[in-house]
Amino acid sequence: MNISPSKIISLLFFVFSGFYLYYAFQIQVFTFDEDAAFNAKTFPIYLGYAGLFFSGLYIVLPETKPSNVDLTVLDYKKTITLVILMILYGLTILRAGYFLSTSIFLVLSYIALGERKWIWIFLLSFPFVAVFMYLLHGLLNIYLRDPFLKYIGIMG
Amino acid sequence: MIEGILIGLETALSFKNLMMVMIGCFAGTIIGMLPGLGPMTAIALMIPITYGFEPSTGLILMAGVYYGAVFGGSTSSILINAPGIPGTVATSFDGYPMAQQGKAGKALAIAAYSSFAGGTIAAIFLLIAAPSLSKVSLAFRSPDYFGLMILGLTAVSAFSAKGHFLKAMMMVVLGLMLASVGQDTLSDIPRFTFQNMNLSDGISFVLVVMATFAMSEALTIIFKANDPTRVAKQISLSQLGSIKLDKTETKKMITTIPRSSVLGFIIGVLPGAGSTIASFLAYGMERNFVNDEEKQKFGKGSVNGLSAPETANNAACSGSFVPLLTLGIPGSGTTAVMLGALLGFGIQPGPRLYQTNPEIFWSVIMSMYIGMVILLILNLPLIPYIARVLATPRTFLIPLILFFSVTGIYLMSFNNFDIYMMIGIAVVATVLRLYDFPMPPLILAFVLGGLMEENLRRSLLISDGSFSFLWDRPLTLIIMLTILAIVGWQIYKAFIKKPVV
Repeated sequence: MNISPSKIISLLFFVFSGFYLYYAFQIQVFTFDEDAAFNAKTFPIYLGYAGLFFSGLYIVLPETKPSNVDLTVLDYKKTITLVILMILYGLTILRAGYFLSTSIFLVLSYIALGERKWIWIFLLSFPFVAVFMYLLHGLLNIYLRDPFLKYIGIMG
Repeated sequence: MIEGILIGLETALSFKNLMMVMIGCFAGTIIGMLPGLGPMTAIALMIPITYGFEPSTGLILMAGVYYGAVFGGSTSSILINAPGIPGTVATSFDGYPMAQQGKAGKALAIAAYSSFAGGTIAAIFLLIAAPSLSKVSLAFRSPDYFGLMILGLTAVSAFSAKGHFLKAMMMVVLGLMLASVGQDTLSDIPRFTFQNMNLSDGISFVLVVMATFAMSEALTIIFKANDPTRVAKQISLSQLGSIKLDKTETKKMITTIPRSSVLGFIIGVLPGAGSTIASFLAYGMERNFVNDEEKQKFGKGSVNGLSAPETANNAACSGSFVPLLTLGIPGSGTTAVMLGALLGFGIQPGPRLYQTNPEIFWSVIMSMYIGMVILLILNLPLIPYIARVLATPRTFLIPLILFFSVTGIYLMSFNNFDIYMMIGIAVVATVLRLYDFPMPPLILAFVLGGLMEENLRRSLLISDGSFSFLWDRPLTLIIMLTILAIVGWQIYKAFIKKPVV
């Protein structure tokens, strides 16, 4: 028997809604609010039931318009590389600073996607980020933490 | 009133104030295009600058920034499917597919004309009926708001996900669930935070919208790069197309703009409703008005589908000034920031504002219209240059979209927990999109979650826990019957009209 991916996603959502409902019941409310017509857990409880209802319906009812996806043509390698690069970007942004981490993320992403025009790769990373930072930090006065630029004395 | 209008016109047309509107529109457009910086941030950034000016000049500058930022938000919605603010999410439904078909210039032109027309019509309404409209806005009660929000969510689920109503409803629930994370607004009780401080303030809108739209779109393009059915899409991304509209397109806009303006303005007048609900409802309403052939084009680059939300969100922007100026109640987050600025000037908005400070009341209204004209003059010639963003090769564009998305959220929180959460949501959204689980219902539900809970809370407390509030008032009853009709129609279409063997 074949189960469509949409039904599997709905089943996962059904389980997720079950957990959500369980945690909704665990929300601690003030004693005087316990029997109130509405307290902090009322809306989440309704949402948990709604999630179970809609996902349950999708699992039970026949699919009127199944989604056909050819999994063999998807580019997993590049997509996963980009996701890993983003995670590393998030990991370094606070430690290495905005300028360095963003520029390196951009350079590596361009290369990962197959770009080999080195001049453009350079221009659209380090100088581009510098201009963008000037716009945010210099003109709009939005604070950007950057230990690296602070260390080399460019940023206060 | 004529005297007031003349005073307003004189103030708004002074050289200094005209310059302020121009600077405001230009700065607003640029800021609105940047990820994570919507009209609210743009106006907030202007507050320190405006304190050096007279109140009317300061407010005129802020009105210019407001409209500029709304248009800037539409630009990023259309070009890279990254709506920076909730009000432009509906714009991306048809604007982005249009850009993918090589009609980016045309999509931006439609957005500019519709915004202008919507804003103009709304400014006229505002001019004529501002004081008396405040009474209408007070007629709406919590049950009506609650009903209106369910109507908006049901309509978007029905119209944005053709044939996938149940999937859309699951996305609505997921959006509301995400919105429920964080401290309860009334009691401050933490919900679903799992003792993590980063979750105590809830999940930010920019995070969810960037993850589900911009980031997941970028990942989907790479994921499906080898899909033969996507080749045409990739090629057309580099085409700009003409910004000139033909007769058929103009005709479509002429029928769409008046009704969307009226709807947008009315929704804008209601305190708390704002441009998001207006744009979604206008999109849904427009789909009902057009013929079957045009209906099929919705979500695939329809002129009506782009024009309606753009008109309505700008009309709602003008409408939201009614409760602000006449009642002192901000109709949206942005006007709430403006209320703060007004109070900073020592002005208390309310029913007496247009008697005590007529030059402020009327000059803001007049400058809105002048702002519209200037926005159109400034932006139309710039469209070919703005749209060139799409000519950027995919190998550069995708990393830049990801960079803008991460920057957008980093600027708001300055921590990497939010970046990880955004990546996680983007990956899940990419898989969901692959199997036709629509994202617009999730976003709308996320935006409305807090307001919906607040109105349900009030309604239930007033009716002592009984759900009779859903049919007690005629207005609520009409809204609920409309919702039932939409749901009934979806069931009929799915299981009765086309039975599955």
